[in-house]
Amino acid sequence: MSSQAPPTDAGAATAWQRLLAGLPTLLSSLLAVAIALAAGGVVIALSGDNPIPAYQALFEGAFGGQRAIAETLVMAAPLILGGLAFAVAARAGLFNIGIEGQMVMGGLAAGLTAAVDVGLPAFVHLPLALIVGTIAGGIWGFIPGILKAKTGAHEVITTIMLNYLAYRIITVVIGREDLPLVNPALQATQPALEAAELPRLLEGTRLHAGIMIAILAAVVIWYMLYRTVFGYKLRTVGLSAGAAAYAGFSWGRTIAVAMLISGLLAGLGGTVDTLGLQGRFYNVAIGLGFTSIAVGLVGRNQPFGVVLSGLLFGALAAGATKMQNTAGISRDIVYVLLGFVIFSVSALAAVQQFRSARRQAARARSMTRDRAADDAGEPLVEPPAPPRTI
Amino acid sequence: MPDTPSVTSQPNAIEMRGIVKRFPGVIANNGIQLSVARGEIHGLLGENGAGKSTLMNILFGLYHPDEGEILVNGQRVQFHNARDAVLAGLAMVHQHFMLIPRFTVTENVILGSEGAGVVLDRKEAGKRVADIGAQYGLNVDPDAIVGTLPVGMQQRVEILRALYQGGKTLILDEPTALLTPQEVEELYAVLDRLRAGGSTIIFITHKLREIAAATDRVTVIHRGKTVGTRDTAQTTAAELAELMVGRKVSLQVDRPPAHPGEPVLVARDLRVTGAQGKAALDGVDFALRRGEILGICGVEGNGQAELIEVLAGLRHPDAGAVLFKGNDVTTQGPNARREMGLSYIPEDRHGRGLVLPFSLTENLLLGNADVSPFSSGGRIDYPGTRELTDRLMREFDVRAPTPETPAGSLSGGNQQKLIIARELHREPDALLAIQPTRGLDVGAIEFVHKQLVAERDKGRGVLLLSFDLDEILDLSDRILVLCGGRIVGDFANGEVSRTELGLLMGGRTLDELAGAAD
Repeated sequence: MSSQAPPTDAGAATAWQRLLAGLPTLLSSLLAVAIALAAGGVVIALSGDNPIPAYQALFEGAFGGQRAIAETLVMAAPLILGGLAFAVAARAGLFNIGIEGQMVMGGLAAGLTAAVDVGLPAFVHLPLALIVGTIAGGIWGFIPGILKAKTGAHEVITTIMLNYLAYRIITVVIGREDLPLVNPALQATQPALEAAELPRLLEGTRLHAGIMIAILAAVVIWYMLYRTVFGYKLRTVGLSAGAAAYAGFSWGRTIAVAMLISGLLAGLGGTVDTLGLQGRFYNVAIGLGFTSIAVGLVGRNQPFGVVLSGLLFGALAAGATKMQNTAGISRDIVYVLLGFVIFSVSALAAVQQFRSARRQAARARSMTRDRAADDAGEPLVEPPAPPRTI
Repeated sequence: MPDTPSVTSQPNAIEMRGIVKRFPGVIANNGIQLSVARGEIHGLLGENGAGKSTLMNILFGLYHPDEGEILVNGQRVQFHNARDAVLAGLAMVHQHFMLIPRFTVTENVILGSEGAGVVLDRKEAGKRVADIGAQYGLNVDPDAIVGTLPVGMQQRVEILRALYQGGKTLILDEPTALLTPQEVEELYAVLDRLRAGGSTIIFITHKLREIAAATDRVTVIHRGKTVGTRDTAQTTAAELAELMVGRKVSLQVDRPPAHPGEPVLVARDLRVTGAQGKAALDGVDFALRRGEILGICGVEGNGQAELIEVLAGLRHPDAGAVLFKGNDVTTQGPNARREMGLSYIPEDRHGRGLVLPFSLTENLLLGNADVSPFSSGGRIDYPGTRELTDRLMREFDVRAPTPETPAGSLSGGNQQKLIIARELHREPDALLAIQPTRGLDVGAIEFVHKQLVAERDKGRGVLLLSFDLDEILDLSDRILVLCGGRIVGDFANGEVSRTELGLLMGGRTLDELAGAAD
């Protein structure tokens, strides 16, 4: 959400300045993770287990060797894409709760496309499946966007509805006995042909090219947001509808396109999971789309922040399996951890935002002859004008 | 430093000595002295951010001073909260009224002092409210619903409440900010009666005219320090301005005669239906010429918002036309008009003119992002824009650490300078300046006014809309009065008096004026 945005939106800062500016954010995120792990440890201890071996197993599963790291990256890929989807919508001031629906629509479309056996070569079939899946998600995101632009229908409501609709569509499509592309008994699409699978990056692991797609997408989205006219409009619309109108941007067109992009990213996330990891599309609610919301929030809706938070969530997901297998602790504890992470990141972000706004205000004013003495009795930013008609 | 008040047998109503208040990174009050004699109207003058609000919040118990002491009627006091201050006989009349619109006057007045009983004795309370009103000439119907009252009346309700609570010393925070000129005159009269009734009044303002009109003495604060206390009768506006700003300022707008040229922006019979189906604009006609400042005055809510939106292209009129440089632009949006050479300083810096979390550079792009040299092929040239921002910051004296500073952390004056820089660097043919100095301090106002006159002298048409009649009179070459969605007066500046304008703004007609003059 836009309230998660950092106080500066310094899109035009130099790389070095941005790096420095991002440092406290990174540190505070790490601190937040530490707090969350501590709190999670208390929960584990309260439920009668020893948190130390549990965390050892978690860490082993996430970072302990090539395979573990590969698992982390595999888990992270769709989450990064989903987190980017959330971030793009949030930058436009929208709360896209429909990433789940957009992801599964993308996954279904990609799974079906990948199962079509007409002898296409890999350099056609894989891109085709990727594109079809991405577009399916895009359509699922564009619908609430256009509804909001034209009628003002709130995107939270419409995207939730579309989530349900997506699940039903999948059940219907995958349940069809007469469709050769699906396997109703298995509740899945037929396996993806090899020509449509994402290439493996590392033998002996499940690591596939999805993580590269995710990172590339983050770079593209960063460029779009902070270097293009459209990205500028999108961010303006997200922060101030009044300023957007003043500048003559079309609010409706901007948010509709933002939702389209958000849906495309989510669709790509579902596609990557289908073509890279699962090998076919299963009709099971995996909830990646909901975790993606958390990824976006923890990443402060900034493309590179989302990459880092996607990696963190990927690591937790990868470690959870190991923890369950070796320490015998339910992987559900990971969801408790995720909850703590989201909570502490949000809390620290709020504190930090407050303090940095204060600092900046003080600094800006100390340079101002007219206002050397800051009247701290007033809010840091001049309060919004009273409701006056002009 | 503080001039000892005229020697009387009575102790001062308020005495604040050596008040220091630090906030992280700033010293808001740095040794302030304030002595308010009983029964006087004492002005507290200072720019926005000089420390007035902090000082009054300390006096009212909302902040605790780090150093210094406060005496009320000669007794040293330490307030822990506002209730303590009220019990000591202080009362605050807030700038933005703390009233509940759906409640009656009486209900609002007794709010906070309902007494301990369960059952509210409305009748008795209403009678007391009416009594106090009668005593001070604050004629308000105790049973009126506050939301239906005009702003000036609402302020009286606030004052009534202060008196009802037993306030002997009233603190008025920028009390004229929302009033029409006539209401301001009435407020001065009310203050006189309060003083005659024994009340002491602290009148906070940054307007010199109000100090002269309403106060007996004045204390000037600059950068958290008291820089002087004067008897109002024995000082001049120039002296006070210099104390307040810390340097010499020109209060007179230097405005050589205008040389108006051909019309550049023409409104033709504009009609707009407002929110409740009433006509917000009811046939507005005028022409703004090159090389003149055309002032539009009026009471808020008489069609100003709609007129500006129609002129800027944010709203299409139901009927009528807008002509810009001879072209019909009625159906064009703000972008097209901007590209044709219409600049617009909006009334709402925060909601419209700026995106506060954006950097100065990003704010310079507002309305420019689509056009060369700011972007090409959909890609924004941030380094180039940053350079331009840097240059304009120097040119227009925008004080901020870097072009990357978020606009929200700047003072109002610097925010406005940034908007002006953005709007003027395009070298427009006409400029819509809507309340361009609202909320700014003297130094920044001087700057804005100079810029507007300079634009005029470059042969540009400047449309100035302001609710500050002094500003209209100081700057305009021609003055229009907008009332009820119509232009009810059109004068060359100098051929109309303040009073006449005030009456027209209040809904009287020219014929009535002529009748009154006979």
